Amino acid sequence: MIFPTLRRGMLACIAGILAFLCLSPALLAGELLPVVPPAKARFSEEQACVEPLDDIRKNHMEYLLHQRDDTVHDGIRTKQHSLTECIDCHVGPDQNNEYPRISSNDHFCSSCHTYAAVSIDCFQCHSDRPAENLQFETLSRGMMPDLNNATK
Amino acid sequence: MKQQIHYREIDGRSPGFFALLGLIGALILVGLGAAYYMEHNGHYVTGMTNQIVWGTPHVFAVFLIVAASGALNVASISSVFGKTAYKPLARLSGLLAIALLVGGLAVLVLDLGRPDRLIVAMTKYNFKSIFAWNIFLYTGFMVIVAVYMWFLMERKMNRFSKVGGLTAFIWRIMLTTGTGSIFGFLVARQAYDAALMAPMFVIMSFSYGLAIYLLVLMAAYKWTNRPLGDAIIFRLKNLLGVFIASVLYFVVVYHLTNLYMTEHHSYERFVLMDGGVYTQLFWVVQILLGSLLPLLLLYLPATGKSRTWIGISAALVIIGGMAQIYIIIIGGQAFPLVLFPGMEVSSSFYDGVVSHYAPSLPEILLGIGGTAIAAIIVLLGVRVLRFLPVSLEDKYTDPHHETTGTAAQASEATA
Amino acid sequence: MTENSNTDKSRRQFLGSAAVAAGMAVAPGVILHQTASAKPADEAISSKVRWGMLIDTAKCANGCDACVSACDEEHNLGGGRSETDAQWIRKVELRDKQTGHSLTMPLLCQHCEFPPCVDVCPTGASFRREDGIVLVDKHICIGCRYCMMACPYKARSFIHEDLHDQKPYSPRGKGTVESCTFCVHRVDRDETPACVEACDAEGHNAMIFGDMNNPDSEISRQLASYSSSQIRGDLGLNTGVRYRGI
Repeated sequence: MIFPTLRRGMLACIAGILAFLCLSPALLAGELLPVVPPAKARFSEEQACVEPLDDIRKNHMEYLLHQRDDTVHDGIRTKQHSLTECIDCHVGPDQNNEYPRISSNDHFCSSCHTYAAVSIDCFQCHSDRPAENLQFETLSRGMMPDLNNATK
Repeated sequence: MKQQIHYREIDGRSPGFFALLGLIGALILVGLGAAYYMEHNGHYVTGMTNQIVWGTPHVFAVFLIVAASGALNVASISSVFGKTAYKPLARLSGLLAIALLVGGLAVLVLDLGRPDRLIVAMTKYNFKSIFAWNIFLYTGFMVIVAVYMWFLMERKMNRFSKVGGLTAFIWRIMLTTGTGSIFGFLVARQAYDAALMAPMFVIMSFSYGLAIYLLVLMAAYKWTNRPLGDAIIFRLKNLLGVFIASVLYFVVVYHLTNLYMTEHHSYERFVLMDGGVYTQLFWVVQILLGSLLPLLLLYLPATGKSRTWIGISAALVIIGGMAQIYIIIIGGQAFPLVLFPGMEVSSSFYDGVVSHYAPSLPEILLGIGGTAIAAIIVLLGVRVLRFLPVSLEDKYTDPHHETTGTAAQASEATA
Repeated sequence: MTENSNTDKSRRQFLGSAAVAAGMAVAPGVILHQTASAKPADEAISSKVRWGMLIDTAKCANGCDACVSACDEEHNLGGGRSETDAQWIRKVELRDKQTGHSLTMPLLCQHCEFPPCVDVCPTGASFRREDGIVLVDKHICIGCRYCMMACPYKARSFIHEDLHDQKPYSPRGKGTVESCTFCVHRVDRDETPACVEACDAEGHNAMIFGDMNNPDSEISRQLASYSSSQIRGDLGLNTGVRYRGI
């Protein structure tokens, strides 16, 4: 399906991120490379994201796809690879306390996907902003086990 | 009697050819533009709603798909039933069948909510769905007819043409059965849920396909100045008459059955008496203009021998056929679902009322675009490959040419 | 699913938090019809459960559409184009032509055991979960609308335009078909659907949601004690939504 293109795009994306991390910022024409917004929390003491960084950068779509089928068909609602959780952690308010939309390059997903020229249609249906402000959230956090540590 | 038949590509250098090509090309572009407009904005820009979920594009698509299998009949008659008179007509029959199917499928696919996910439809199947079967029936049909055409056109393969023709014939019966069952298998709605749908669609395909075939044949020979004898035209038009009458028979049986069952009286009242546009379409367009008038024109001595009137009759059959499918698809949805027998029902979701539908321009343009795709395939097909005999004078198509016409009439009756 | 230790840890955390959660759930006025504990998040649903709903038309109040508004709110439905807007649940008014007796009731996806929409779906996007909830996997829905042709209850809606601001737990989008999910995101947390909650909050208690396979559940006890019926029961679909008083 779309995955060969996606993978190729991701490789480009990773290359971009590596270049960003390795090269001295002074050397770069900064605007050309994606500025990826920081996450709100670490997954654990040892690990920044839900999988090692090189793995999640390369394979996040596989994790999401797997989780998607588990959730939709089998009602498995673990948090580790849930798209909602990704958004909760990675999409935060800007200085004006507004959340960037997927159409903006300030959005976590688009920051890299625009750079890598890989289009995604996830957010035609899925919410591109966190659920934080929703009432049920306090309740669900108590009942959903996996990420309690990470999100604190 | 055995005459060597020569096939040749059409010249395709005349201004008329390029004008036709340009016109068809423009219609395709407009159709694609309409599809883009619908997909970009969403289906709210069409006449379709949550009540009428299938609209004008589906009328075009189903008509073209049904006609596609019918267009193959001419070839089947020659290969399967051994009527040599139809042999010179077989190649065009196959080309037309593939072209109409591609055109119809294009409309169907371009109307999907997510046409970008066509690949999903090709990779994930639910084999209880008649739609899933149809994906195989349609693609299989194109492959089988293409191979059959190759058997017909490649001299070395000619000996397989009978097997090819038989396979294609069986496949096309399955295909139209599948198309009719799209509706026949729908348990929920008053208008559908009838085993009769499958055979009725098969016989409808005979009629629509032959009408289109006749028009294409006459136009092709007129515009290329190739000779076209009366014998073959009269054979085809007599056959068309038989098919029109057969469709009429099925329509009568369908409505008589419904009229007998009290449960279906309200639906019959809707179609036959007070369904407004659907009632008018039924009586005026489908029955009067699309069935009775062409029957009369084809068999009356004054008009039955005139090519103009035969052409008009074929066109009327096509118009009547479109009306028939419009009533089946859209009328069938406009009539409210019966959820609570014996109760008056109302809600914010249009329960219990006849749903409103008016075809929108983009839908119509998409349908015409699909028809134009079929037309361009035929036009380019006859331009680059040898589909059309150089001459269809009576000596090539009338096995009894040397004898009198009465013998020809007799053999027709058995066809 | 990769590390067992992780799962164990999370199970323990879950047990710890379950008591807190239960307390919180009751606090905002949520009525729990089931007392069974929620299934762990990493456990797949099973056919041991069949979710169902019993609607008592005698208790359903004329002119009340709390269930409909709650659904619209929960899933962000509506939009202002009545012919193309999605409606997952609607209030239906009935009047017997012969006797004049009239009643009102909500109509939603009936979550059939043998759903015609699932039969006809070419890609398998329309499916029935093990626990009886009929859903659309919108990831593989191509928008052909054949399920809408097949549904005897007119329970499904096609999304006719771009949507914005969907709820995170209820993804919806242009070009796909959708219908009532029994608020599956709530059910998986062992809560009741939004419509049922709203009906109870109004004090009507006309809708009962629960496990029809569990003989001790409120819905099973009611179904066993009183007569109820299915809409279009003649089709033999064994619906998950049952009605009293029609």
